[in-house]
Amino acid sequence: MNFTRRETMAVSGAALVASVLPIKLMASTTDLISGITGGKEASGDGINLTAPEIAENGNTVPISIDAPGAVAITVLAAGNPTPGVAKFNFGAGSGSQSCTTRIRLAGTQDVIAVAEMADGSFSAAHQTVKVTIGGCGG
Amino acid sequence: MAKGVKPRVKVPKTAAAGETITIKTLISHKMETGRRKDGDGNVIPRSIINRFTCEFNGENVVDVNMEPAISVNPYFQFEATVPEAGEFVFTWYDDDGSVYEKKKSIKIA
Repeated sequence: MNFTRRETMAVSGAALVASVLPIKLMASTTDLISGITGGKEASGDGINLTAPEIAENGNTVPISIDAPGAVAITVLAAGNPTPGVAKFNFGAGSGSQSCTTRIRLAGTQDVIAVAEMADGSFSAAHQTVKVTIGGCGG
Repeated sequence: MAKGVKPRVKVPKTAAAGETITIKTLISHKMETGRRKDGDGNVIPRSIINRFTCEFNGENVVDVNMEPAISVNPYFQFEATVPEAGEFVFTWYDDDGSVYEKKKSIKIA
């Protein structure tokens, strides 16, 4: 079987995409955390992430994050088409560094919260949420 | 401006000086992710609120950058300290450039 140059390029291109795709779709938790911290080590102390163990509907999953002393908290969903969820920046008027909101999850996955502390260190927490019906449409 | 957008905010009417109060905010918004398709297979363009801020007497309380992964009718609950009587200003920024604003004043009891 002889391939022309064009066919060879097409086949190898497709193979490359196929091999890269699963990684792209399910970015790993540690990679996402180090993406936020800029490679710095994130400790697990000082941050509390509350999310349900099982969410029946991925369209509205209630989560709350509490990180005393944080200046900013980034929330990520590792298995969503775009992992970013929200970034909370706390100002001088905030009473506590905590927030509750509702997020969309495409399927069963890790929800990650990374807090940037006032001294420049990072704390991270993650929890797996089982999703029965995904919430990203189409 | 997206249709049917209505901000709602719950702030106590009075507080003791220096007290930490809980604020709840909700804004009706469809938060279209840009990933859904309509009946003909066309992608429905993204239309979300991408930023929410809360200020008290000009001082920042919380500033949230939002992605499409925030649910419909974005809801936030957070805490603020009230050193003196004043006004909370809540602002939501839409993808289409619209800005929705709501103000709530609070007295010292």
